[in-house]
Amino acid sequence: MSELWPWLAVFGLGMFHGINPAMGWLFAVALGLQEQRRAAVFRALPPMVLGHALSIGIIIAAVLLARVSLPERTLKIAAAAILFAFGLYRLLRSRHPNWVGMRVGFGDLTLWSFIMASAHGAGLMLVPFFLPSPAAGEAHHHHGGHEMHAWAFANFSGPSLLIAAIVVHTSGYLIVTALVAIVVYEKLGVAILRRAWFNLDLIWMVALMVTGVFILLL
Amino acid sequence: MPLLKPDPTFYPSPRLAMQAPPEKHAFVAALTPPGSKLNDALLVVDIDPASSTYGQRVGEVRMPNFGDELHHFGWNACSSALCPYAPHPHVERRYLVVPGIRSSRIHIIDTKPDPRKPQIVKVIEPEEIFAGTNYSRPHTIHCGPEAIYVSALGDPNGGGPGGIFMLDCETFEVLGQWEVDRGDQFLHYDFWWHLGFDTLLSSEWGTPNMIEDGVQPDQLLSSKYGHQMHVWDLRRRRHLQALDLGKDQQMVLEMRPAHDPRKAYGFVGVVVSLKDLSASIWLWHRDNGAWDVKKVIEIPAEPAEPEKLPALLKDFKAVPPLVTDINLSLDDKFLYVSCFGTGEFLQYDVSDPFNPKKTGSVRIGGIVNRAPHPKTPDQALAGGPQMVEVSRDGKRIYFTNSLYAAWDEQFYPDGVSSWMVKLDADPNGGMKFDKNFFVESDDYRVHQVRLEGGDSSSDSYCFP
Repeated sequence: MSELWPWLAVFGLGMFHGINPAMGWLFAVALGLQEQRRAAVFRALPPMVLGHALSIGIIIAAVLLARVSLPERTLKIAAAAILFAFGLYRLLRSRHPNWVGMRVGFGDLTLWSFIMASAHGAGLMLVPFFLPSPAAGEAHHHHGGHEMHAWAFANFSGPSLLIAAIVVHTSGYLIVTALVAIVVYEKLGVAILRRAWFNLDLIWMVALMVTGVFILLL
Repeated sequence: MPLLKPDPTFYPSPRLAMQAPPEKHAFVAALTPPGSKLNDALLVVDIDPASSTYGQRVGEVRMPNFGDELHHFGWNACSSALCPYAPHPHVERRYLVVPGIRSSRIHIIDTKPDPRKPQIVKVIEPEEIFAGTNYSRPHTIHCGPEAIYVSALGDPNGGGPGGIFMLDCETFEVLGQWEVDRGDQFLHYDFWWHLGFDTLLSSEWGTPNMIEDGVQPDQLLSSKYGHQMHVWDLRRRRHLQALDLGKDQQMVLEMRPAHDPRKAYGFVGVVVSLKDLSASIWLWHRDNGAWDVKKVIEIPAEPAEPEKLPALLKDFKAVPPLVTDINLSLDDKFLYVSCFGTGEFLQYDVSDPFNPKKTGSVRIGGIVNRAPHPKTPDQALAGGPQMVEVSRDGKRIYFTNSLYAAWDEQFYPDGVSSWMVKLDADPNGGMKFDKNFFVESDDYRVHQVRLEGGDSSSDSYCFP
């Protein structure tokens, strides 16, 4: 069970990203309404998933690479500083995205999704799961050789861990994005935005800062 | 400080915005008549029929400098903040962006916490606008999905080209010219867009030098004022197409695109035709990817005795309608048309935009008629229907009677004593004056009206 829960967390964060209207489902709904076809809602999903996967994939890959090349302590301090600074910056100066355009193709939507995920620090939120932990290093010492295992994903090599993490995370993202998009498109209507669009960014940025502090304390 | 839930005045679609509660306050641009020493002001008018001060001025904020000539203004943020591609719904609709079309100064006015006590919180000086945009004479404001768009009539020296520049919707920092490639566009006046089609449209009046000393008859008779509209790629900021209405069609002014983002058409008013002094409304529409424009309403000039006409018009023996503003209800059903010359105010059913049907007409003021308001039936009124605003639910229409300080006297040589009126509109067509609403203003000339929480020309929508 203790080996399963980090995967659940990565999956759950994918779901959390998916529920944010700014991350895709709302755009899919708008495209469906504009074209007056349900197919347009579904057609928007693959590029959104691809853009999201690229955004979080780059961050995870960077962490996995840094794990091999940087001393553990340096890596943690750097990660903590980046998370804290990003959260603080976005909290103080919530510059909203500059994208303009409703008439978008596959490439446009992929790029848009990549920008939105990156601007929200979607990948940064996953960083703590891929950092090494001193406790894990000792616990798994008898597996031999690998001193820099992430405690949660000890049984994976770098590339397969990267791919598995992207697949698990974006599955969570896709399921929620698709589900919310179609329920809003077919049943609820966009009036729900007025009541239910909570400022997730505020919670999100505070969470990033707290996570940054937490990494240092661990 | 960002909000936890979207601003309650933001609506995803025009259909939902029509369910908004009735507005309680109107903000009105008020400029000083020629000869006055007062600074311009933004007035607050009570428009809540249940209030004891209904139909009265209940607040005002004076501009810090003399001679701004407040004209058109708008909000820092509106329903376009809900647009899915650049969402930022947790900003507040709170600040009015109020430019002076003569001074090129922009005032940022806070309407909270008490809408009756608005306060100036920032002034953008003309030099900053000149340096940051190479434009001058700002007037119309639209809150776009990613910034505030500001129309500007010309360059800092009063020549052309005129165009659009942008302001940050939170810091009000001047962000620079909007256009990346303006093609052969030179004259400018109004602009708006079809967000669902990534298309911006602009119209043509004249450069500041052509208008600031009054309408130039020689320039007018030689077709030098604007007679085109322009189609732009909103996303890439490039000029796509010029639509020429014909050289006789002088001054292509207010643009009202359909509010439903799925509809690719809209209406633009032309002040005067050199052929017969008629005014007209044109429909732009999209056909197989290309845009076209077609005259759908023509309003003829009315014959008049020369002695009743100002010098400018004596030789023509007719009073031109002079369509100077139009407005479209949020359901895209009714188009309202102001005729500043004849004093007529018209309502058309434009459910079929290619075949508008006249459904209502009232008269007030007018160069010849001087028609009174029902509240004071013996008082002849100067000026004519001009800036018009429609409530979000489409049931109430407000308009004022001043056009542009330097031009008012040319059409109304004995001056324009200013007023604001309200009409009640029947959802099935037709309209009549609210006899209890007649706001007179001796000290100021009133121009554009904005309604608290939004109106039919303040917001854009990304959902149908």
